[in-house]
Amino acid sequence: MESNTILTILLFIPILGAVLLLFINKKNQNLIKYFGLAVSVIAFILSVILYFNFNIENSEFQFVYKFNWISNLNISFFVGLDGMSLLLLLLTTFITPLTLISSWSSIKKNVKEFTFFMLLLETGIIGVFISLDLFLFYIFWEIVLIPMYFIIGIWGGKRRIYASVKFFIFTMVGSLLMLVAIIWLAIYASSSLGHLSTDITELYKIGPTIPRSIQIYMFLAFALSFAIKVPLFPLHTWLPDAHTEAPTAGSVVLAAVLLKMGTYGLIRFNLPLFPQASIYFAPFISVLAIIGIIYGALVAMVQTDMKRLVAYSSVAHMGFVVLGIFALTAESLQGSIIQMVNHGISTGALFLLVGFIYERTHTREISEYGGIAKLVPIFAFALLFVSLSSIGLPGLNGFVGEFLILLGSFKSPVLNSWLYTVFATSGVIFAAIYLLWMYQRVVFGKVTNPKLEGLKDLNLREIFVLAPIFIFIVWIGIYPNTFLKVSQKSTDKVIEQVFQHQNATIK
Amino acid sequence: MREFYNLIPFVLLSAGILLSVIVEIYSKNSKRILAWISILLFLSVGFHALANVEETQLYFNNMLEVGGNINIFIFLFNFAAALVVLMAMDYSSKYGNDFGEFYIILQSSVLGMMLMAGAKDLFVIFLGLEIMSVSFYALAGLNRSRLKANEASLKYFLLGAFATGFIVYGIALIFGSANTTSIPQIVGKLGELSHSLLFIAGVLLFLIGFSFKMAAFPFHMWVPDVYEGSATTVAGFFSTAGKTAAFSAVIITLGPIFLYGNANIFEPYLAVLAVASMLYGSIVAIAQNNIKRMLAYSSIAHAGYLMIGLASGNFEGIAGIIFYLIAYTFMNLGAFGIVALIEGKDETNLTFESYAGLSKRQPFLAAMLAIFMFSLAGIPPFAGFFGKYYIFIAAIKSDLTWLAILGVISSLIGVYFYLRVIVIMYFKEPEVDLTVTKSNYGLLSVVISVILVIIIGIAPGSIINLISSFLK
Repeated sequence: MESNTILTILLFIPILGAVLLLFINKKNQNLIKYFGLAVSVIAFILSVILYFNFNIENSEFQFVYKFNWISNLNISFFVGLDGMSLLLLLLTTFITPLTLISSWSSIKKNVKEFTFFMLLLETGIIGVFISLDLFLFYIFWEIVLIPMYFIIGIWGGKRRIYASVKFFIFTMVGSLLMLVAIIWLAIYASSSLGHLSTDITELYKIGPTIPRSIQIYMFLAFALSFAIKVPLFPLHTWLPDAHTEAPTAGSVVLAAVLLKMGTYGLIRFNLPLFPQASIYFAPFISVLAIIGIIYGALVAMVQTDMKRLVAYSSVAHMGFVVLGIFALTAESLQGSIIQMVNHGISTGALFLLVGFIYERTHTREISEYGGIAKLVPIFAFALLFVSLSSIGLPGLNGFVGEFLILLGSFKSPVLNSWLYTVFATSGVIFAAIYLLWMYQRVVFGKVTNPKLEGLKDLNLREIFVLAPIFIFIVWIGIYPNTFLKVSQKSTDKVIEQVFQHQNATIK
Repeated sequence: MREFYNLIPFVLLSAGILLSVIVEIYSKNSKRILAWISILLFLSVGFHALANVEETQLYFNNMLEVGGNINIFIFLFNFAAALVVLMAMDYSSKYGNDFGEFYIILQSSVLGMMLMAGAKDLFVIFLGLEIMSVSFYALAGLNRSRLKANEASLKYFLLGAFATGFIVYGIALIFGSANTTSIPQIVGKLGELSHSLLFIAGVLLFLIGFSFKMAAFPFHMWVPDVYEGSATTVAGFFSTAGKTAAFSAVIITLGPIFLYGNANIFEPYLAVLAVASMLYGSIVAIAQNNIKRMLAYSSIAHAGYLMIGLASGNFEGIAGIIFYLIAYTFMNLGAFGIVALIEGKDETNLTFESYAGLSKRQPFLAAMLAIFMFSLAGIPPFAGFFGKYYIFIAAIKSDLTWLAILGVISSLIGVYFYLRVIVIMYFKEPEVDLTVTKSNYGLLSVVISVILVIIIGIAPGSIINLISSFLK
């Protein structure tokens, strides 16, 4: 099989599975679950095949497949991978089967619809990461909204309707303005190319030639959409609601992959398409990112709900990623990408653990817990391990990303001040405080709540879900090079694209 | 003989109307027979038009044109009418307008629309408009025993007559300045006419009159009341085929004026109409609790998006309008079809409460209504999104980026009220008893619509290619 078509097959396998799923009898819940799992595992296997066929020495897009879709507007179905999107693709296909296993017993009603939406979501997210046509990207960007909206709205908690509508409207605000910017860009391209174009390989050449005054508006239209998704302070308010109300699987996918769509968009589109505006806005966005890091951490500290705490920690962690992007150095961008993966697996695991314990006790209030170390030792260990990874303990994954980001931002010529690094570093300390404090209140002490008596420890299925995540936590922590070298070429290229034009004008 | 081959749609439909009248008089079981005759008639007329879409020809001293985009319009009217007949077959007995006349009037309204789309003379437009409008007034009030239907019909008639006055006055002024009512001749004289205040005033009056049938600002007040009062299937027909017919007439008359220069004279006026319709429709729709009224306000908002295409006044705008109308016809007709299926006797089950928990009672209907709502809200990959996309391309190309941004803001408001339907269907528990009458024909027509909404969404290219090939 030609490896170029594998990518397209991989994109459509989940949605094909979702359609086939509709023909399975609703009553046959086990078949539905196994079928959904099988589809997502096939997707994972295909993405691993892609990984082994990927040439990391090449900075160009690979496995490219182009098919003229709407000829009148010159829109093509154009997909391909570079190192950065490969990592995120692997993260997506890795997390999806795990979330399906994790919700084996927690999703009791409408299993068929749930699996359907999860698979639809997977196709949407894969599409976002591999699209090389802005229009195609926009379509997948919007498709992702629909299943997530239903997952929060149908299987969510008490305030699920509020949370799902807020999620939808917030994202739409940004993306519709991005749509206008995409059209504007396509029409701008037609003046020099002679035809409308949304092909990003063509736009990479044209974007930097846009006058700076207009680039600024274009940058803002794209950045708003992505910043809402990340979410960047002060656009983050939908996130805690969405996370708290979503079912565990929804939270995990939301944190692990959906948020990455925003940071991915910033790297893939904002930096190379509008380099001058990126440099212009870099200090401003970095300041917002640092406010996010500190604010997220401080707010996380005072949360009484475990899930909300993890949600706010997401705001802080994603702040690091954005800081790494807009420090505009090769190290920090590498750090951002590895941090995206880290946040995906660590925060994903935190949500899984909170979900597992919630399934048993039906409460997420920290004050309801205490002293469960004796009752559920495996859980206590897992929570400690993941918390340490999230804090950024050296030797575990979180450290690598944060270190690279801080290093890059320290020597960044664009930010040109060590103050950014100083304030960002304080976020690492805060992370240790809120996570360890939560850990202490939940796990240590005496069992005061009689309801906790007879609490069952993690079962084999749950351990099976966590085990692969733990392997990667240690792997990335000890030998990050396996992953760093994959995205090395593509991040170098992005940095080159940003500064190439500036140097040209100086000369 | 060959000469008249392309005129067959008009001849066939006129003959069909006469045949239907005879059947109505002599047959005891006329309702069912007429329904099938109508479907057969609409489909054969529609597909004949579609099959001969490449051949353009002028008839009757250049008063009527056939071929190209006109045939696409003819197909759209007929196909929509066929879908409406399917929906109405079981619905009519439930609602109480189960008369054979229903089908005859429907046929004649389609004939009027076809004349409007094919007109090359202002009088033919007027003729078509009146045939369509008078049929519509009758359709709205077909159930004489219903107070609301009477109100709807009277309101529609009075306001419609008022709006027609504007159109006639506009035609008079255009005739006064151009000395002709033939559209090609008027277009030929555009150079001198564009300086004539009389001509500009005439065109503006003409446009204002048509905004009545388009359901656009400033003649939108009738829309919610008429939709609410008339039968749901009929309301669906008004909002899709009726709107399409009005736009087709405006494209034919004003299209050349826009395309060969002089668009700028009308651009500010059209832009204001567009913004007012979009924002008014979207904002007021939020407050509705009756699904038919909500769809009525949404119809006003959609007229606004279509107006953006007119305001941008370029090829993309015209092509975008035609594409948008195709997409809008199927998604809106489908939505009305589902409302008709769920509606109970005596206009019950029309409020949002009756839709609570629909996903559990009628998962298939709920899923289809959700797709129509997503499509109406302009969320990809459904047909409605591409309609908006083309329209916005046209606007940005004409440097009307601000209009596109306002359009986007209005769509955002739209997202909110369309999502409300989905929230109620999927996220709420059932509140009231709901028995959905079984109607296989109605279901069939909705399924056809949903399939088209998805197909047009996945492969919009060939349709837009076809439309634009006729414009250049």
